[in-house]
Amino acid sequence: MSELTLTLLRLGLLALLWIFIFSVVGVLRTDIYGTAVNRRGQRKAAKQAQAQDRQPSARRTPVPSPGGGAAAGAAAAGAAPASEAGSGSSGWRGRGRGKSVPTRLVVTEGPLTGTSLPLRSGGVLIGRNPECALVLDDDYASGRHCRIYPDTSGRDGWVVEDLGSTNGTFIGRDRLTGSRPVEVGTTLRIGKTVLELRG
Amino acid sequence: MTTTVEPLTPRTRRGAELLLLLLAIAIVMLAWVTTDLNRNGTVPANIIPVAGGFTVLALGVHLVLRWKAAYADPVLLPITTVLNGLGLVMIHRLDLAGGKLGADGDAYRQIIWTTLAVALAVAVLFVLRDHRLLRRYTFVTMAIGFVLLLLPLVPGVGRTINGSQIWISIGPMNFQPGEFAKIALAVFFAGYLVQTRDVLSLAGKKVLGFTFPRGRDLGPILVAWVLALLVLVFQKDLGSALLFFGLFVAMLYVATERVSWIAIGLLLFAAAVAFALSAFTHFQKRVDLWLDPFSQDNLERSNQLANGLWGMASGGLTGTGLGAGRPYLTSFAESDFIFPSLGEELGLFGAVAIIVLYLLFCERGIRTALGVRDGFGKLLAIGLSFSVAFQLFIVIGGVTRVIPLTGLTTPFMSLGGSSLLANWVIMALLLRISDQARRPMPEMPVGVAADEPAPAELTQVVKLP
Repeated sequence: MSELTLTLLRLGLLALLWIFIFSVVGVLRTDIYGTAVNRRGQRKAAKQAQAQDRQPSARRTPVPSPGGGAAAGAAAAGAAPASEAGSGSSGWRGRGRGKSVPTRLVVTEGPLTGTSLPLRSGGVLIGRNPECALVLDDDYASGRHCRIYPDTSGRDGWVVEDLGSTNGTFIGRDRLTGSRPVEVGTTLRIGKTVLELRG
Repeated sequence: MTTTVEPLTPRTRRGAELLLLLLAIAIVMLAWVTTDLNRNGTVPANIIPVAGGFTVLALGVHLVLRWKAAYADPVLLPITTVLNGLGLVMIHRLDLAGGKLGADGDAYRQIIWTTLAVALAVAVLFVLRDHRLLRRYTFVTMAIGFVLLLLPLVPGVGRTINGSQIWISIGPMNFQPGEFAKIALAVFFAGYLVQTRDVLSLAGKKVLGFTFPRGRDLGPILVAWVLALLVLVFQKDLGSALLFFGLFVAMLYVATERVSWIAIGLLLFAAAVAFALSAFTHFQKRVDLWLDPFSQDNLERSNQLANGLWGMASGGLTGTGLGAGRPYLTSFAESDFIFPSLGEELGLFGAVAIIVLYLLFCERGIRTALGVRDGFGKLLAIGLSFSVAFQLFIVIGGVTRVIPLTGLTTPFMSLGGSSLLANWVIMALLLRISDQARRPMPEMPVGVAADEPAPAELTQVVKLP
């Protein structure tokens, strides 16, 4: 076997070894970019702000327009309490209708703003404990604060139950005692966090 | 702080694994052909059956993964195949130099052990459907780990080979039970720490910026230390002792996030080493050899370290080529010194490539730990990958004179059945955990599923306060 062939084989083996390593790294690269690590809420909050400018999120980022800035600001300011009152009252009004069954729970205020999670048939546990489905980073929340689960009395709906929290779960301005049915639009307040049920 | 890791495109990547696996087999075959061309000038006669068998083994694991763990990490198996294959080629090459051919050769036995190891890894993948099942056996694995660790000290079973009493002999075969003790203890530490980490990380008072644990919480680390000390004193094996104690301290640190555990661990280990140095001439010699391997006295006592270093030096950048160097001049060239042997014949480029492969292996283990959802799985994956990484540091650091040389095997490469079996089991466990970590819809046990968040934010990396 000629010296040249052996040298080529020797260098070829090293080249192949490094080609292998770079292929592995290539697979890993797509693996790394295939996963987004983000602090809760950031990305979704941005997405939500884009998608729904009618929602209260638009109020937090008023669009400065050169001409009618004051008017737009006033309109936004006027719209905000209205929408808040609307969503607050729908919690009461909606019970009669009963047809709007919520499917998602969305955080509208607080550190986790923008987080949304679907309502699972097994129930959604909310609190500070890491085992909860929605882990609140809030000093006013209890470890297992409240839970939302399907109505067990046969009706098609969801019920929120306070799990004996220290600082309470509020629907509108009423502190929740025991459990109560919820509909689309019901807002729950836990400490600094406001949650809304959406369809 | 709560963050979410969102898999955007959950893919199995089994196709990528297949391609990498074929490339891995090609590398091993090219290495083998180069060796035989350099030594004998001919292509090995039995290349078709042996290469076929090797390919069948590797592809067999690949198919089992497709079937049983479709979302397992795609690069662990190809990396392991390359490392195991290069180890086999080097052992075969040393057989050729030593005139051991066919069924007499070490390579022959190593191939049988590789087959057994692959079979064991496949069995682990089949039997263990969910790594969380291991948590039930936390204290059983503790008993197994301690027994395995101390078994070489039992008279009649234990054997002293090359100055260290870390072997047992059953019939004609010799085992190093410490290799399996490593796995058992990693399982035990993970199960134990996931239960107790809250008390270990929260209680304590702050001194000089470090939060030090309470006196009574020091119990576990002291038990681990005493055990490591027993290994050190009675088995005269600094490497194993360092590995077990390091594994425990590292997992304790990962579980509690407190640097004070590392400080305490280092202090305890420094005390143990100081004691060993003053009490045993065995260790003094090792340290002397480490500090000055080329002095006349030390060369007469043992030229192993010096030969390994000269071998790597003669390899240069691109190496002498497989089969063209003289790694057989070093004693234990096929076990403890397999890294210098490969370094001589593959050169710096090859040696660094091997280290990078190990680095990627351990990186995948740690990435798996980040991705998996349960605390036990996180700790187990960290423990297993740390044990591989730390063992490599001890052995490669030893042969390159970073630390005193202590005999440990190079994972997947060294000659020796127990090491090979244990490391393939570690790989199977990592594959199983990574399958859980990368799977898009978790199969949660009944009762827990209810509280799981949306598929869009499945994986939660939850940092406890």
